[in-house]
Amino acid sequence: MADSPMAVEQHNPALQHHFADMEQQRQASSLGMWLFLATEIMFFGGMFCAYLIYRYWYYPEFAAGSNSLDITLGTVNTAVLICSSLTVVLAVHAAQLGKRQAQVIYLALTLVLGLAFLGVKGIEWTSKFKEHHIPGPSFHFEGAVPGHPDEPVDQRHAQIFFSLYFAMTGMHALHMVIGVGVFSYLLYYAWKGRYTPDYHTPLENSGLYWHFVDIIWIYLFPLLYLIDRKK
Amino acid sequence: MATAAITAERESYLNQEYGIKSWLLTTDHKRIALLYLLSITFFFFIGGFFALLIRLELLTPVGDLVQADTYNKLFTMHGQVMIFFFLIPSIPAVLGNFLVPLMIGARDLAFPRINLLSWYLYIIAGILMLHCMLTGGVDTGWTFYTPFSTAFSNTKVIEAGLAIFISGFSSILTGLNFVVTIHRMRAPGMTWDRLPLFIWAHYATSIIQLLGTPVVAVTLVLVVLERAFHLGIFDPTRGGDPLLFQHLFWFYSHPAVYIMILPSMGIVTEIVPCFTRKRIFGYKFVAMSSIGIAVLGFLVWAHHMFVAGISLYAALIFSMLSYLVAVPSAIKVFNWTATMYKGSITFATPMLYAFGFIGLFLMGGLTGLFLSALGIDVHVTDTYFVVAHFHYIMVGGAVMGYLGGMHFWWPKISGRMYPEALGKLAAIIVFLGFNLTFFPQFILGYLGMPRRYWQYPPEFQVLNVLSTAGATILAVGYLLPMVYFLWSMRYGKVAPANPWGASGLEWKTTSPPPTFNFERTPVVDWEAYDYEHIPAPQEVRVGG
Amino acid sequence: MSEYIVSVKTNVAVWLTLLVLTGVTAGIAFIDLGPFNTIVALVIATFKALLVTLIFMHVKYASERLVKVVVISALFFLLLLLGLSLADYTTRLL
Repeated sequence: MADSPMAVEQHNPALQHHFADMEQQRQASSLGMWLFLATEIMFFGGMFCAYLIYRYWYYPEFAAGSNSLDITLGTVNTAVLICSSLTVVLAVHAAQLGKRQAQVIYLALTLVLGLAFLGVKGIEWTSKFKEHHIPGPSFHFEGAVPGHPDEPVDQRHAQIFFSLYFAMTGMHALHMVIGVGVFSYLLYYAWKGRYTPDYHTPLENSGLYWHFVDIIWIYLFPLLYLIDRKK
Repeated sequence: MATAAITAERESYLNQEYGIKSWLLTTDHKRIALLYLLSITFFFFIGGFFALLIRLELLTPVGDLVQADTYNKLFTMHGQVMIFFFLIPSIPAVLGNFLVPLMIGARDLAFPRINLLSWYLYIIAGILMLHCMLTGGVDTGWTFYTPFSTAFSNTKVIEAGLAIFISGFSSILTGLNFVVTIHRMRAPGMTWDRLPLFIWAHYATSIIQLLGTPVVAVTLVLVVLERAFHLGIFDPTRGGDPLLFQHLFWFYSHPAVYIMILPSMGIVTEIVPCFTRKRIFGYKFVAMSSIGIAVLGFLVWAHHMFVAGISLYAALIFSMLSYLVAVPSAIKVFNWTATMYKGSITFATPMLYAFGFIGLFLMGGLTGLFLSALGIDVHVTDTYFVVAHFHYIMVGGAVMGYLGGMHFWWPKISGRMYPEALGKLAAIIVFLGFNLTFFPQFILGYLGMPRRYWQYPPEFQVLNVLSTAGATILAVGYLLPMVYFLWSMRYGKVAPANPWGASGLEWKTTSPPPTFNFERTPVVDWEAYDYEHIPAPQEVRVGG
Repeated sequence: MSEYIVSVKTNVAVWLTLLVLTGVTAGIAFIDLGPFNTIVALVIATFKALLVTLIFMHVKYASERLVKVVVISALFFLLLLLGLSLADYTTRLL
């Protein structure tokens, strides 16, 4: 009796005592994370709404602004995030199978890839700064409307594009930074052996968060970088 | 028999642990509810103080109490404090936090530590807001319309925006906690169709909190960024659209009014069957109407923008949708009334507040239909008609429901009975004071007095004086419960487990409950509101 | 534990698909499809998002209909925000 699964479960140190059992706790935490992601969909959604309206109004300037972004770096960053989602999935997989070392390696790789993404972002933003594309008093956009080299670009409308560019990629980057923080915490505890086949809920739920941030970027990439790129 | 000594011996969540740390670091949902009770009451009186100053200024047609700029700050701060720091948290964070686990037979909410975090976020937001108010305040109106808020106002818009952002996070976490708790932690046998309708109401409220609040959060972020870094997202001189701000703002702020009213409706749905000794009429309809209000409430936001410059076609759509959202609310009113038909009614204090709610909400809701009609709206928008409409719902509705709920569950929360005669007196004073304050405002608005104006044409003075007189009476009505609730903690009659003979799991445990709510997890095998099987209480009758 | 363990093979296959689709998205942007450029890009992005959601985030394997309801609800309300706002903006000059 003392070794029955129920008895063992009552003594799982991770069980919080207002829950009846580990399964209820796991289901509650998972639902909690999904609900939080739903709020994040609405949070970014507000900015997507602003983007939608202004792209409808100022398409030429949006196209011009988009063309001034570095498509190579954007594509590379998209690939980096996709790779990081894989490493997250493999870390959870390792926890499900009880492989501590693999967990640690994959979590560390995730961190590296996340930081690489932020690094590339930093490079992109620095070049925007040099080109005077950061909204504010020193904003000036030199580009032309794609396909219409004689058409002057309305500076105010171009500034709106870049305001949204920085707001959206900035908010996304902030979420990446938080993700890096969370995964550093996970890396530490994974290394200490906390996550086992019986209990790896924090890994799973943090993974959900990371994937979500990846999905946001999957949409940001074409919407910001690929407007009217045809030669 | 009912002595303080006996109470002191009974162990409950109140005396299980002592000391300030046991309160400030508690994860017990009941203690967190009391922490919230203290904080929201504090902010209620701050908001009320601003209201008092507004009504004093409006006693005379000329601006002679404060300057025009100051008056702008007064109505802004009154609105912001009352909406974000009182109305939105009040019922969910106090009564919801206290009762949701008890009503479903759980030991606590799903995430007790997040519950505590939610309170701390509220406090941080509150401190930031207080600091903002004390160092100059905001004058943009609680609606923060751009480009005034982003480019022209010389007041502390960023600080106020950040304070509201943080309070929004608090609201989101409360909603998240409730949804997970209701889905995952119901006691055995507590099926969805046996849940108290208070739970259904809070479930619907939580959905709105989760889906709506993030939009206003990101909008406030954009306003702060625009103001700080001179971006042009909402500024027409820089290519932006002020209406985009309004769309994003009202996408949350309209459903927000349902955050404020739904929990109150849930309270009324608990009180009415109890003091009528009858099952609620149409349980499924009442439950579904809560969900209906939550969903439909997201479809109507631009009725706040009819004259702002949206297209006529959009206005037509939103007008039609606004009529639709009245239907589920009406269903509730019909069902409360049908419940009372041929019932055995006791006019205890909670029931008086419930009656007040039903009548005043009816008036507020019906005048909302007036406002949904484009023709009428053009005439009365931005007048006192609108002010009266929303105060009927928020004060006549939400606050009365809140007070009714506080009286109904006070014995459970504190283990004491409040003095019934004073309770009835306060309810009547509140009802009379409220109507004297706000009914004249319907007339004022229809006659053309604009809102947010610091001075007005002299022909409006009589009605304004009546309104201010009513406000002072209302203030007395609000102060009374504070006094006698505090009094009752020491001198009130000791409450039994179920003083009202009410249905619901919370009444099956002691008053006040032990920290873990129930001696053992209840197993439910009876339907909700089974008043035919619950004997009426003998000792608590009219005149108590 | 009622947990489903997705095989490494499946995960790697999804990962490769995502990378290929990223390349396709970037490449197609340089081909003139008129108004369809945007649509194609968004369709591919949605397909990628679905792959991440269903497989990486285990939604396909989760026994819980509730999770699907949560995600679909959030998307529904987002579409409401976008759609009804557009109802104003696209009809203003009519």
